[in-house]
Amino acid sequence: MKKTHIILLLGIAALIAGLISFSADFSTYDTIGSAKEKQGKFVHIIAKLDKTHPVEYDAVKNPNYLTFYAVDSLGGKTKVVFHNSMPADLEKSERLVMKGKMGNEHFECSDILLKCPSKYKDDKQQLQNNMKEQTSMK
Amino acid sequence: MKFEGEHLLPGQIGHFFVILSFVAAIIATISFFKASRVVDLTEKQNWLKTARLSFYLQVAGGFVIFGCILYICSNHLFEYMYAYKHASLELEYKYLLSCIWEGQEGSFLLWTIWHGVLGIFLIKKSREWEAPVMTVVSFAQFFLLMMILGIHFGNIKIGNSPFSLTRNEISAPIFGRANYLSFIKDGLGLNVLLRNYWMVIHPPILFLGFASTIIPFAYAYAGIQTKRYGDWVKEALPYTLMCAAILGVGIMMGGKWAYESLNFGGYWAWDPVENASLVPWLLLIAGMHTMVIYKATGHSLRASYLFAFLTFIFILYSTFLTRTGVLGDTSVHAFTEAGEDISFRIFGVLFSFKAMNALILLYLFSFTIPSLFLLAKNYKKIPTINKEENTNSREFWMYIGSLVFFLTAVFIIAKTSVPVYNKIFGTKIAPPEDIEFSYNKVIVLVAIILGFLTAIAQYLKYKTTTGKYLFKTIWLPTLIAVLIMTALVIFYPFTYHKQGAGFLGAIYVAAFAVIYSLVANAFYIWTVQKGKILKASSPVAHAGFMLMLIGILISAGNKKVISSSTVNGITLPSSGKDPMTKEVDNPRENLTLLREVPASLDDYKVTFLKDSAGNEKGRKFYKLNFQRKDKTSGKTLEQFGLEPDVYQMKDNNMSSNPDTKSYLFRDIFTYVSYALNKTGQEKDTVKFSEIKLNAGDTSFYSNGYLVLNKVVNNPIDKKYKKEPGQVALMADITVTSKEKQTFNAKPLVLVDSLGIVNIDDTVFAQNLFVRFIGIDENKKIRIGIKESNTLIDYVTIKAYVFPLINLVWIGLVIMAAGLILGMLQRGKFTKLQSGIILSLSLAFVFYMFLLANA
Repeated sequence: MKKTHIILLLGIAALIAGLISFSADFSTYDTIGSAKEKQGKFVHIIAKLDKTHPVEYDAVKNPNYLTFYAVDSLGGKTKVVFHNSMPADLEKSERLVMKGKMGNEHFECSDILLKCPSKYKDDKQQLQNNMKEQTSMK
Repeated sequence: MKFEGEHLLPGQIGHFFVILSFVAAIIATISFFKASRVVDLTEKQNWLKTARLSFYLQVAGGFVIFGCILYICSNHLFEYMYAYKHASLELEYKYLLSCIWEGQEGSFLLWTIWHGVLGIFLIKKSREWEAPVMTVVSFAQFFLLMMILGIHFGNIKIGNSPFSLTRNEISAPIFGRANYLSFIKDGLGLNVLLRNYWMVIHPPILFLGFASTIIPFAYAYAGIQTKRYGDWVKEALPYTLMCAAILGVGIMMGGKWAYESLNFGGYWAWDPVENASLVPWLLLIAGMHTMVIYKATGHSLRASYLFAFLTFIFILYSTFLTRTGVLGDTSVHAFTEAGEDISFRIFGVLFSFKAMNALILLYLFSFTIPSLFLLAKNYKKIPTINKEENTNSREFWMYIGSLVFFLTAVFIIAKTSVPVYNKIFGTKIAPPEDIEFSYNKVIVLVAIILGFLTAIAQYLKYKTTTGKYLFKTIWLPTLIAVLIMTALVIFYPFTYHKQGAGFLGAIYVAAFAVIYSLVANAFYIWTVQKGKILKASSPVAHAGFMLMLIGILISAGNKKVISSSTVNGITLPSSGKDPMTKEVDNPRENLTLLREVPASLDDYKVTFLKDSAGNEKGRKFYKLNFQRKDKTSGKTLEQFGLEPDVYQMKDNNMSSNPDTKSYLFRDIFTYVSYALNKTGQEKDTVKFSEIKLNAGDTSFYSNGYLVLNKVVNNPIDKKYKKEPGQVALMADITVTSKEKQTFNAKPLVLVDSLGIVNIDDTVFAQNLFVRFIGIDENKKIRIGIKESNTLIDYVTIKAYVFPLINLVWIGLVIMAAGLILGMLQRGKFTKLQSGIILSLSLAFVFYMFLLANA
């Protein structure tokens, strides 16, 4: 066996070991309900903004404190605290992907990814809605 | 029904040329393939003639198609879906090209055009390799044109045409009217995130990089097809070097764009879309090195085949990742998705998008399976040297370096493909908590290995090297590197404590390895290559790459958030402290600046002066003044303005563009993280209260007092332009707050034939409005004051300091220079050609990365 082959095998072994050990880093996509069962664990939650509660954010008082309520498709509901500025189109968003940890009182969110209808130019449904809105008679 | 006002001709021309080009690509593929197989020379020439003609036709067709799309978008023909989706009336002309490649169809077309240009070049230059090489290029053209074909075969629609009509694509009641077009006043326009000059230049360069990776692939295929198993390497190597330069520059342009104008807070975030283009580059670099080894020693030919194939295969795989929506929720680049959660209720939609994804997969598999199959089948026939490389030879360590690149690529793509496993196996694996760190902790090890390899391997000779020779040449650079590192540790230690001591240690080791390599390669140019820098392509490229890595390590390691909110006097709930720094683990990075109230950021006093509208609709600039004073004397040392801006569009889509103050050794980077939406503001209900003053009199308000200094007749002031027949009076008032801050207020009153107009002034810091009401019968000045209780004007920003980030860009430019030098050395160029290519490409890259926005 050649030296280069041995090194290649060692490299591959290191790679596999690396990938396996890092798989512990990976988190999971959870519902609000299942996140509540594993409090303190880092999870991703896919949910929607609960429009029945107000979004609280006052940049003058504290630009790093945003709180709102989120609901998911299974009806789970939680208060969310995000120590960062309010994403501009939060209230228009259709879907939120929130990263963070569930606590006793609320979901402590460290990052939010917004899915907004306007970003989906390839979504035909959305295009149709746009078109209807734009061309409706006044 | 006959529709009014439609312009159908450009679409018909465009669509005709799509079909023509598609057919031409099929004929070219078959003819080139035939030409590569027949032995008879006249027959071969005949096939080649047909093949070339149809390839030229296809290339010309590509340009015509492009011209038609350009015409449709620039004339705002919203009867076409493409114009409706990507163009709009207010879009500036310079973004016209951007809106073409915003769409999937446009970017496939761009790719086709580059393949076409490269193909013509290959037809002219590749001599006896032409037929097999061009078979591959034409075959790729067939798939790319199929993506924009938009033809129905029975129920299945093949590709999405850029010329489809809005009324055929979507259904809305308006299309029941013959004059529907007069109701579609405007298109949706270019996504605000993409309105940036980088969007004009980054996609063409990146796609040229993507397109050129087909050349090593095609030559490797030609090697197997012609059974001249080793000869292709010499031909393909200059192209591979060119491709490495272009793709590398294209990728980093994306990084520069993100750094300069997107609020990601950096230039690299290990986002799947970024990874997808980095992985082919890593494979290409691995292949480039094995090809050099083969040329010098005859080793590593099989690996060269594998890497040449894999590079293009992973370009296709990255297309699959970014274009089919499979990445879903893991990427911030939402605009590249084809949308996975498409409404399934509409029959046509379901089919159209599924078919598109199937086409991309077909493209991927049609190149992956045959190439790997051919390689496996001919594996034994590919010559190899049975004698092992010596461990004191250059080729041995170069080969190890290639393996490191290859394994790094596998690691990155394995992690990036998690959404694909989720899709296949129905798992729910999500990215880790700290995505960047999960990559960085491996990449830092890679940097260590590559640093030491490139430092030492260069000094080894091919075949075998004596220890004496190695020591004689390498002791001095080693010593200098140790000295530089010591100086770095003492004078500029890393402050990256966030991930603990182990990682910090690894960063230090990496910094040493990389500095060592930089010094060793620079020395190599002078000592071994006797300063002939134009011949020293590989040490130049290595030194550039290492300089880039140093820049990356330092700018990431010592990046500092300076907009921490604690300076506002607000105590924040801390969620845990870092054991190393005793700093709050989760820094609150946003700072709210009240208008005209200075706040401290690091060494600077920052004041939000005012906001102003930009030329583009919905764009707003926030003028911030930065001032640095000497701590003891209080003298202003430095003062500059930054104007981060925000786009706010009609659909409430918002994007924030940073502004950066660049110094040679550091950048101050700031952007608006929250801007008040003024449309929904409540009406101010407080009324002005009137006071009467003579010049010199004093009056009070709740937070201080004001003095009327004087009244100026027909003043010269920038707020006001005198019209003929007007009389203007301005009150010059000094406002002094309880905190002993003074402000100036200059309200105006204008009198003309139409009546009286008041121009009020506002002291934002005191929430105080001042109005010049008039003059009473006793010649006293009537001043109105109002202390508002409505929201004051403010802006919330984030600000960072990136130290030594210029090293990243300078390193990139030098690396590109090294790669281009290598290409010029190994290709057949005259001195004049070399000079022109080198100077033009370097001037361009240098301008884009170091001057364009400085």
